[in-house]
Amino acid sequence: MQAPVNGFLMSTDRRPMLLMTPALLWLFGLMVVPCLLILVLAFFRRGIYGGIEYTWTFENIALVFDPLYFQIFMKSAGIAGLSAAIACVLGYAAAYAIAAMPRRHQPLLLFFAVLPFWSNYLVRTYAWIVLLNREGLIVNLARWIGYEGELPSMLYTEQAVVIGLVYNYLPFVILSCYAPLSRLSPEIAEASRDLGGSAWTTFRRVTLPMTVPGIATGFVFVFVLSIGNFVTPALLGGGQFQMIGNLVYAQFLTANDWPFGAALSMVLIAVMLGLLMGQAVVAERASGGKRAPDG
Amino acid sequence: MADRNTFRLMLLILGVVFAFLYIPISVLVGLSFNEGGLPTAWTGFSTKWYGALLENDDILKAAGNTLIVAVFSTLLSTILGTLLAVGVEIRRRNGKWLETVIFAPMIIPDIVLAIALLSMFSLMGVKMGLHTIIVSHVVFNLAFVCAVVRARLKSFDWSIVEASADLGGSTLNTLRRVVIPVLMPAIIAGALLAFTLSVDEFIIAFFTAGAGRSSITLPMQIFAMIRFGVTPEINALATLVMSVSVVALALSQRLNKGGLPGQ
Amino acid sequence: MSRHILRNGTGLIALLAAFATPAFADGLTVSNWDGYMAADAIDNFNSETGNTAELVLHATNEEIMGKLIASKGVGYDVVFVSSPFAEVLNNLGLAETLDHAKIPNIGNLYAEATTLSHDPGNAFSLPYAWGTTGLCYRSDLVDTPTSWNDLLKPAESVSGKTTMLATDRWLLAAGQLSLGYSVNETDADKMAEVRDLLIDAKGTLLAYDDTTFYAKLVSGEAELVQAWDGWCNYGIGENADIKYVIPEEGSDLWVDTMVIMKASENKDAAYEFVNYILDADNHRWAAENILYKVPNEAAMSGVDGGLIETFPNMGMAPADMLKFEQLRDVGAAQRDYSRLVSEIKAAN
Repeated sequence: MQAPVNGFLMSTDRRPMLLMTPALLWLFGLMVVPCLLILVLAFFRRGIYGGIEYTWTFENIALVFDPLYFQIFMKSAGIAGLSAAIACVLGYAAAYAIAAMPRRHQPLLLFFAVLPFWSNYLVRTYAWIVLLNREGLIVNLARWIGYEGELPSMLYTEQAVVIGLVYNYLPFVILSCYAPLSRLSPEIAEASRDLGGSAWTTFRRVTLPMTVPGIATGFVFVFVLSIGNFVTPALLGGGQFQMIGNLVYAQFLTANDWPFGAALSMVLIAVMLGLLMGQAVVAERASGGKRAPDG
Repeated sequence: MADRNTFRLMLLILGVVFAFLYIPISVLVGLSFNEGGLPTAWTGFSTKWYGALLENDDILKAAGNTLIVAVFSTLLSTILGTLLAVGVEIRRRNGKWLETVIFAPMIIPDIVLAIALLSMFSLMGVKMGLHTIIVSHVVFNLAFVCAVVRARLKSFDWSIVEASADLGGSTLNTLRRVVIPVLMPAIIAGALLAFTLSVDEFIIAFFTAGAGRSSITLPMQIFAMIRFGVTPEINALATLVMSVSVVALALSQRLNKGGLPGQ
Repeated sequence: MSRHILRNGTGLIALLAAFATPAFADGLTVSNWDGYMAADAIDNFNSETGNTAELVLHATNEEIMGKLIASKGVGYDVVFVSSPFAEVLNNLGLAETLDHAKIPNIGNLYAEATTLSHDPGNAFSLPYAWGTTGLCYRSDLVDTPTSWNDLLKPAESVSGKTTMLATDRWLLAAGQLSLGYSVNETDADKMAEVRDLLIDAKGTLLAYDDTTFYAKLVSGEAELVQAWDGWCNYGIGENADIKYVIPEEGSDLWVDTMVIMKASENKDAAYEFVNYILDADNHRWAAENILYKVPNEAAMSGVDGGLIETFPNMGMAPADMLKFEQLRDVGAAQRDYSRLVSEIKAAN
């Protein structure tokens, strides 16, 4: 596509920059600057009473790579990854189903998909506890229909945490998959079928590549939100294992160790950014290459 | 023929997912009518908790605050995030630093962002209140909105933009008349996402709210009340919040004469 | 484009300014746990003294500490925190040095409460409530426990029906006490022993729970839990079979205190408030409502006898309580404690 003389697609980057500036300024002033203030503490030492001792040191960064914290990170990544994967399957299916409904119903369905999540995180988590605990609803239901044996404990386990994470972040996947899927129209499917493709081929060749960015975004959402979550492991996991969210929280608030907390955060951010860049490349390839205008 | 089966399959999928979504919700709605205070035993039907709730000024004020924060932060972040997404996707060559800054709000642990913002506001001597919460929420909200809108933009047909330019449209008009309407479903999805994130956010709100009572949000209030577990009063609150949202939606549909934005 | 944004932006900011009120009260700002004062305490204080105090809540010590440290205490006047945290506030220079002349009711306190190890002489904190940490259990489901090991190495029938407190210091304390070590132990080898003991205990544990353990006892999901004495009383109130006992190895003495922030701009009102709380009748009223012991001799002597019968741990004498060690801030060892807890939780 040739860049036209006038309008949007000029090869100079001025107009896009103008669009991006307000957001970038906001992020710079209210995220980059304050976070740098705190993250720089990683290079100092925790004072005896929890203040900061201003001697330059790398000991906090080195401590992050201790096997204990590596183990915690791997466990968190595993749980977050599993939750993200399950959420993506369910969320994509739901988003696809919503996009397949008559257009006038779609915003309504989206609304009802997110409505449960305006009820408060803690309240929902406690509802799951009521459902899953040993004296809870599911067990009572099983007993009512005659099941006699000991049911395995569903609560205070890793599985319970995964259920909780999938549940709480599912709407985000639905929303992010819906975004590209909203382009889906009966005409495309029909056109593909007219040209001899089966429903599956249509899906594979047309729909899926178009919507991979949505899935990738959704996966990232759930992964990132899960790994930093400290409420669900504490409540549904019975506090029995720490995820990265609990660990960082513990450093800043319980141990009053801002330097180590900052070091942990820095390494965590670096690793996650690396993963994200990788994900962006993969998503790019899967969706068939960039479609942005030339210029 | 295939269409009808596919349609049924779609309905089944929706049914399963919505069942999953609403089972815990039915539990909490049910518990809000429990006579007794503990969720461990049903002792009878009662609406007394709703009565107690409506007299609880603290909770009502907190709910109002949460709404203010969510509405304003959603508005701001949707605008900023959408503009950012469009700008980023037009520009082919985006450096690694730009991508880093755009993704960072999602990755930074919220406790770090919370403490960082409080420390900075404190250093600058800023008076804190709902406005500082709003401003802080926009930080992560706009990153999420941007990501959602970008996902849609990756398959955007830029030729219509080109056509508009060819026909002499200015940038502003092209944006307003061509790009935004096509993006609208994605923008709405992003806005819903931002609203949902804001309504439930506790840590950043707690740290950036300042010390006063007038800027307590609902998550802050509920977290603090959790000393005794989730009381039926809190369940009643959650039920009310959802009911109010449904009513608000129904009203807005009436006002819009049956159409929601994006149609 | 920019005009559009500018116009809408100005409109938005105007709306924001109209709605959002800066959260800085002219009156007194007091931060406490939910339900830890009598429900009418603040209102009574306001009507009696003509102040305009308001109560804000915090869920845990850690959160309010994080906020106070990051903001240097600005905005808060009186904060209720547990004693190790009051120590930290003082060490960081955030706590006001108290002028006892402005707190005449300080004379109501037990002598023991004025010589507490974290703040002898009450230079920067005033004790509000105190108590012990022990075992709360269903007497109809388990035999009376006598040792911390009944929790850490439970009998077969109780296995999987126990909980421990989730807060670091008390989690570790159970292990420290059962091995006969100090609750402020810093020796690395001894703490390694504690860690291993607690890792083993994890195998039979249902959950770590700071808040809903008494509900678990009431429902029968748990039969034996580690609990603060006052909190166990909430369970006793729901089910008379629930009882509280201090194991033979002992307990810790925990103290929740009131601290006036140095950054407070309402110091006179703050002094009035803490003095008001320490008044014999007010403090007694607090004790009767929150079901915790208060370190106020004048107050405790007036507590309703029937209440003490129902909740025996409320009748414990200060002399007996002081046999137990108080949790102190452990300084640099705080990092090690945090790491130990991570190790315990990371183990399978």
